[in-house]
Order: sequence, then C-alpha cells, then structure tokens
Amino acid sequence: MKNNAIIDLKNISVSFGNNQVLKNLNLYIRDKEFITLLGPSGCGKTTTLRIIAGFVEPDEGEVIFEGKKINSVPPHKRQVNTIFQRYALFPHLNVYENVAFGLRIRKTPEKQIKETVEEMLALVNLTGFGKRNINSLSGGQQQRVAIARALAVKPRVLLLDEPLGALDLKLRKDMQVELKNIQQRLGITFIYVTHDQEEALSMSDTVVVMDNGVIQQIGTPLDIYNEPKNAFVADFIGESNILDGVMPEDCVVDFSGHRFECLDKGFAKNEAVDVVVRPEDVDVVEPEKGMLCGVVTSVTFKGVHFEIIVDIGGFKWMIQTTDYQPEGSKIGLFIEPDAIHIMKKSEYSGIYGDYSSFSEEFDELSDPSADAEEDEE
Amino acid sequence: MNNRSVLKTKLVASPYIVWSALFIIAPLIFVVYYSFTDAAGNFTFDNISALVKYAPTFLRSIWFGIVATLICLVIAFPLAYIISQKTEKIQRTLVMLVMLPMWMSFLIRTYSWMALLQDTGIINTMLGKIGIDPIHMINTSGAVILGMVYNFLPYMIMPIYSVMAKLDHSMIEACQDLGGNRLTVIRRCILPMSMPGVVSGITMVFVPSVSTFYISQKLGGGSFDLIGDVIERQFQQSYNYNLGASISLVLMVLILLSMAVMNRFTGDEEGMVI
Amino acid sequence: MKTASRIYSALVFLFLYAPIIVLVLFSFNSSSSTSVFAGFSLQWYKSLFQDEATLRALYNTLILAVCSSVAATVIGTAAAVGIDKFKKGVARSSVMAVTNIPMMNPEIVTGISMMLLFVFVGRLVKNDSVLGFGTLLIAHVTFNLPYIILTVLPKLRQTDRNLAEAAQDLGCMPVQAFFKVVLPSITPGIITGMIMAFTLSLDDFIISYFTGGPGFQTLPIAIFSMTKKRVKPDMYALSALIFVSILLLLILYNLAQSKSERESKRRTK
Repeated sequence: MKNNAIIDLKNISVSFGNNQVLKNLNLYIRDKEFITLLGPSGCGKTTTLRIIAGFVEPDEGEVIFEGKKINSVPPHKRQVNTIFQRYALFPHLNVYENVAFGLRIRKTPEKQIKETVEEMLALVNLTGFGKRNINSLSGGQQQRVAIARALAVKPRVLLLDEPLGALDLKLRKDMQVELKNIQQRLGITFIYVTHDQEEALSMSDTVVVMDNGVIQQIGTPLDIYNEPKNAFVADFIGESNILDGVMPEDCVVDFSGHRFECLDKGFAKNEAVDVVVRPEDVDVVEPEKGMLCGVVTSVTFKGVHFEIIVDIGGFKWMIQTTDYQPEGSKIGLFIEPDAIHIMKKSEYSGIYGDYSSFSEEFDELSDPSADAEEDEE
Repeated sequence: MNNRSVLKTKLVASPYIVWSALFIIAPLIFVVYYSFTDAAGNFTFDNISALVKYAPTFLRSIWFGIVATLICLVIAFPLAYIISQKTEKIQRTLVMLVMLPMWMSFLIRTYSWMALLQDTGIINTMLGKIGIDPIHMINTSGAVILGMVYNFLPYMIMPIYSVMAKLDHSMIEACQDLGGNRLTVIRRCILPMSMPGVVSGITMVFVPSVSTFYISQKLGGGSFDLIGDVIERQFQQSYNYNLGASISLVLMVLILLSMAVMNRFTGDEEGMVI
Repeated sequence: MKTASRIYSALVFLFLYAPIIVLVLFSFNSSSSTSVFAGFSLQWYKSLFQDEATLRALYNTLILAVCSSVAATVIGTAAAVGIDKFKKGVARSSVMAVTNIPMMNPEIVTGISMMLLFVFVGRLVKNDSVLGFGTLLIAHVTFNLPYIILTVLPKLRQTDRNLAEAAQDLGCMPVQAFFKVVLPSITPGIITGMIMAFTLSLDDFIISYFTGGPGFQTLPIAIFSMTKKRVKPDMYALSALIFVSILLLLILYNLAQSKSERESKRRTK
C-alpha cells in the first residue's frame, strides 16, 4: 500500500506559541489520489496543507516527498502548488499574466508560455478571457483562474484550501464535479481541505477526518460514513443519534433500556460502548409494535422527508421519515440490527449525541461564561 | 511563512529604527540634557526654576490654544457634516477646497491677514465706504486667536469629515428607525460616532496653537508673547539654549500629557485619523 | 435648512480664502502697498523673475523636497514592511509610539531638539557651521518618515497575506515575491505617502527655521526673513504662482483619479 506514496508525513508536531496545532500526525498520500482533509475550523487541516506546501516548518517529524526529506525545502522549490482560500490572484496582472506568472519565473520561452496558458484557460473553460482584469471576474471565474495558474506550472501535487468556500451552493456543486474531472484527466494528486462533509464525501477517494490536531479516522467515504470510529466522526459526518450502551456479548447491545441485536463483535464482556443510529435508519411504527416508544417534540419539513425529534426517556432522537407525525403524538421506533453501529468509548463520548440542539455553538450562545475563542488559521 | 523569513523581513525595518533612535530619540535626550545643565555643561536646576517667570506666558498660550481649538470645533463640526452629506463628487471638490490653503506658505497667508486687519487695511477701508468707523483689530488678542483659527481650521475639518464620511449610512437609518428626529440623530448618533475625528481634530489644532510663534508676532504685534515666541528667542536671538530647552521640555511634557488623556477617549494606538 | 447650510459653507470658505484673494489681487497692484489697490500691473511678476535670491531659494526648496521625500519613502516603506511583520506586543507598540512622536510633538520642539543635536555634534567635530543642506535633509526625512509609514502600513494590512505565498508557491524566491507581487499592490499607498511628504517638505518653515543655516535658504525661510521687514508684492506674486500651480496639479490629479475610477467601475460591471 505504502510503496506508491508520493508524500509521507511522519510524526509531525507543530505549535504556534502555546497552542499545539498538530500532535504527532502520521499520514501518507498515494500518487494520483484525491484525498480530503476534513474537520472543523482550528482542527489543523490547513496547517497540514501548509506544511506540505512549505509555508510552515514542523517542529518535529519528517516531511517526505518521493522518498526525500523536504522539511526545510522552501515553497518555491517544491513540486506542489496551492489554490488559496480566497484565490490570492495578483490584482495588478490580467488573467493571462496571472496564469503565465509561474512560467515567467521559470524563464520559459514566450512561445511555450503562450501555448501553456491557452491550454490551461481552455481546461478551465476560460478561453478568450486572457485580457480581462482580475477584478472584473465573478467568484467562479476567479476560482478557475486560480486553478489554471496553479496547474500551468505542472505540479505533481495540487493543494486546495477550501477552494469552493466563497461560492454559492449550486456553483459549488458544479465546481465539485469539474474539479474531480480535472483531477482524473490530468492524473495528479489532489489534497483538498474542507469543513464541508458533503463535499468531502462526494469528491474524495480518501477522507482524513481531523479534530484538535489529531487524525480521527482515515478511510474511503463509505467507510467513514458507515463505520465511524468514534463519537466525533459520527457526529461530524452526517447526522447521528449517539447513545451510551453496554455489550453483554457479541452481537447484542443494551441501550435506552432495551436489548438490541446488532452485527458488531469483538468487544469485552459488558464493555461500555457508544452506539450510533443514523436518523434515516430508524423505522417509525405503532407505539405498541416499537422496540422503543416516545413522544414527538418537533416536526420540520425538509422536502424529501420530515425531520422529527422524539423524546425517549429524556434523550432527544432525530429521525427522518417520509410519514408526517404530529407534534405530541406517541410513536414507536423499530431498529434493524444492521442500522446499529457500535464504537469504542473515546474522549468524545458524551459530548455529542442528543438533539436538544443541533450545534455546540447554540448551547454556548446563551452561556455568557463560554469564552469566544479565536482561530489561528 | 516560516520563522526565518519573517525574521529577515523584520530586519528591513532596522534602518528606520536606527534613524529614529538617532534623530527622534537622541534629540529629545539632548533637550533633557540641556534643560538640566548650564552653558558650561554643569548640572543645575536654574533653568527649571527660572520658568516661574514664564508662568503667565504658559497660561496665556494654553488659554489662547483652548479658545482657538473650541472655535475651530464649533466652526468645523457643522461644515464637516454638511460636506459629508453631499454626493461623492462634490465631497471631493469641497475637501480639496478645504485642503488647498494649507499648501500655501502660512507665513504669507498670515501676513495677508495683516493687510486685511490693519487700521487702514482692507476691511476698515471697506467699512469706511459704507460709513462705519474703523475698528481696531490688529495687535489684539482677538487677532492672534483669529490667526490660529484661520491657520489650523482645516486640521479640525478634515479628521471630523473623514470619520463622518465613513459612517455606515444604515446606522444613521437605524437611528431614525428607532425614532430619532433630525436633531436627535445628530446628537445621539452622529456626534458620538464622530468622536474619534473630534478628538484627533482637537489635538491637531491645540498642539500647533499652543506652540506657535509667528502668528502672535505678526497679528499680536509683539504684545501677546506666547510660549513659542519665548522658545524662539532663546534659540535665534539670545542664544540661551539651556533655558530654551527647559521651556521646550515643559511644553512637550504638558502636551504629551494632555494627548495621553485625549487618547484615552479613542483608544487607538496606531495612527490618528489624518 | 438647505439655504442655511449653503450660506454657512460659503462663509467658512470665504474666511479660508479671504487672505488668498487679497494676495492674488495685490500681486497685480501697481503700487507697492498691500492695502490700497492703485491699478493693474505685472511689475511684481517681472521683478520676481529677476530676483536671483528668491529663485535660488525656490530651487533649494525643490531639491530638498525631492531628496527628502525620496529618502523618506525608501526608508519608510522598508520600515512599514518590517513593522508589519512585528507581532502585537511591546516591540511593535514602542516602535509605533516613537513613530508618532514627530507627529504629536509641537514642531518647534522637534526643530529645537534636532538643532541641539546638530550643534552638539558640530562642536564635537569643531565645525561651527554644521547647519545647512545636510542637517535640513536629515530633519525633513525625519518628519516625513511617520507619514510614509502610516500610509503604507494600512495598505500592507489590506493586502491579502496569501499573495506573497502564492507567488512563492509558483516559484518566486521570497525577495522576488515581494517585488513582483506585494510592492505593486501597495504602490498607491507609497505614492500617496510620497506626495504628502513632498508637500510637507515644500511647505515646512518651523523645523527648517531651526535646523537650517544661512548657507542654504529655502523659500519659507526667505519669505520669513522678508516678512520681518515690509513685504513687497513680489512675494505675493510668487505665492499666487505657487497657488495656481498647486491648483492645476490638484485638478489634474483629481481628473486622473476619477477617470481611473470610472474605468474600474465599467470593468467591474
């Protein structure tokens, strides 16, 4: 597996002042893959990207590019290029000169520059925009110029730092498809940073979920969604009900005062675990037929389904169902064994789970003692 | 950026840091040194104790400075407001008109006021034509204050205007929305929000007014000695550098203290509104 | 309300321009009086161009303004670039505090403090006439520096931090990245600061009065020594000429600016 790694980060630690941003991070990136670093802001994903680009030198650990240690190689000597969050296009140069910038630095002959720039502009569908001023372009067009500019110097690896963050929803979806196409056509490695889990799942070959300077899970999008390793990953990717449970034996789990069948095994006898049940995997049934029973406390129409919050013994479950259930009605829940996912207890156990509110921030809003932390990134 | 190149970038500030140590800090040290030594270089308090004699001059300077500053404020605030309400194009022209006089030698402009204010000057000639007796204006304290107001008025208008021009219009609308009439909007909304400009204007007028020496000589006819005049004489006529330095030191300390108090109000450490 | 504000503005502007109107008018006076207009003549303009001392002073003033504003721009821009990288803290706030001193201190104090330094150094090297072009240049650079720094710093702050990184990412060495990308984006700030420094230096009297010497007279100093006696209208003629040329420059500058603004507006549409 590891022999086709293009980049290998070994035991990387970084601190800014007293703030440790990355803690002993290990990650290898295979050639030609689309890998996404996913996590909330401040998780260290951008710092990881900047280490690969050469803008940050790690305090400890090794950065290896094709088998060679490049810790102190400056950015301009690395075969990687970056698409910056707000594109960082040069405002004093027009579109053509922006794309030609890297080639001119390399003293490429004029004829070749012209060919490459035109090829790149065609690649991002901006043929004929060469003379345009940067400030006259829309956000989507600026994004394309940034891509063309980075690709013009033929990097081995392209680093993308939340490149679609400034675009509106529909355009973002189009650009996701286009970026994926470009990556497959050129066959170069893309390292993509985002906090948008949907974006990460739909584009990547591999997703790296990070929090607090630590990699929480590495896997394919399917693995990450279906088999989250801990409560953080389960909560961050998609919606989940996370409950405290106990496994008396393999394939049996107790939670919410009921014994369920499940498919997980390999835990110690009577081990305390976190149980994940995705809202779409719960069936709503008559109260008497349900494994669990509760009262609907709120109903929200979401288009494809209703999102209902059900109070079961004080724990607020979120359930997605296509059948309308009025507020205050009593309903039963039925959960299939394959809808239950068991995780080992972690430092995140107990933080996430209940749907009294959707975000941590909302809880803090009404708490004046919560300190407003600022992000370093 | 990595630490090494940040350090290298910081180093390009070093010529300036050396320059400011040599030509900003060192001269101030010399002021202190001369204040506490006599002509032969021996330590003494004589210069400082001699200052008692100049207490009335200090007081007059401060008084004139305060009056001139207040008059400037009263004239400038409405004008700044009026300018800020115009369209962008007219604003630019009016601002240019306010700044333009500052680009002419203030010596000549002050001298020109002499021609206007003299007993047989232009104003009195015009008054005479419509049958009003000449008014004695030159060589009065009023003329000196007029000279200060005239010379430093743009320094009051500009900072207040630039704060007002940047005020978010939706804030003013919010104030009206919450029930303010025209005057209330000005008093409760625009005035407090333009305070940084007002504070900066006050310092920019007060400091040169207190320390001026030319205006008082020309328009006051020498009978309203200000602290700047005394300092000037020590350096250009009687060559008593030590006394001059001690007066300057006191003037500087007074001004820096009052600025420190003023800056409390704005709390902006980097740069005033220019 | 509208008429009231119009009348008010007109009165304030009349106040600001009264002495200027007077001096322009009397520069055409056929007698040498500055209060009675005897008749139209251009004699003061003629005598102005025959007065070598005045022309010499004008030339000196221009040389000094060019040298000091260019030197201050170079040192000050470098300083701003360095200071911009200082973290918030003691170092940064003390540098900024020192930078503010020449702007906050009364000009007369700045003037005499530098004079004391120069005279002291002059005595050390046994040279009684140190005061001259050199000391004036030092003094002018010193009071110009804060204006350069305080106009360039905000421009640097507005510049996208990623610009320099993007340039390095595309293959520039750090120094190259600065000259190719950062410098062009702060150039408007540098030019504004330099123009400000140039005009300040042209117009400075108080600091020059204390730091200059008889060997190198600038125009404000020449005017000062003339106003000690009776001013002849040739000084008025000179001021009128300066006024008109500044007016023209400003109008040209404004036209150029509004033209470029119109263009950029059209481009963004």
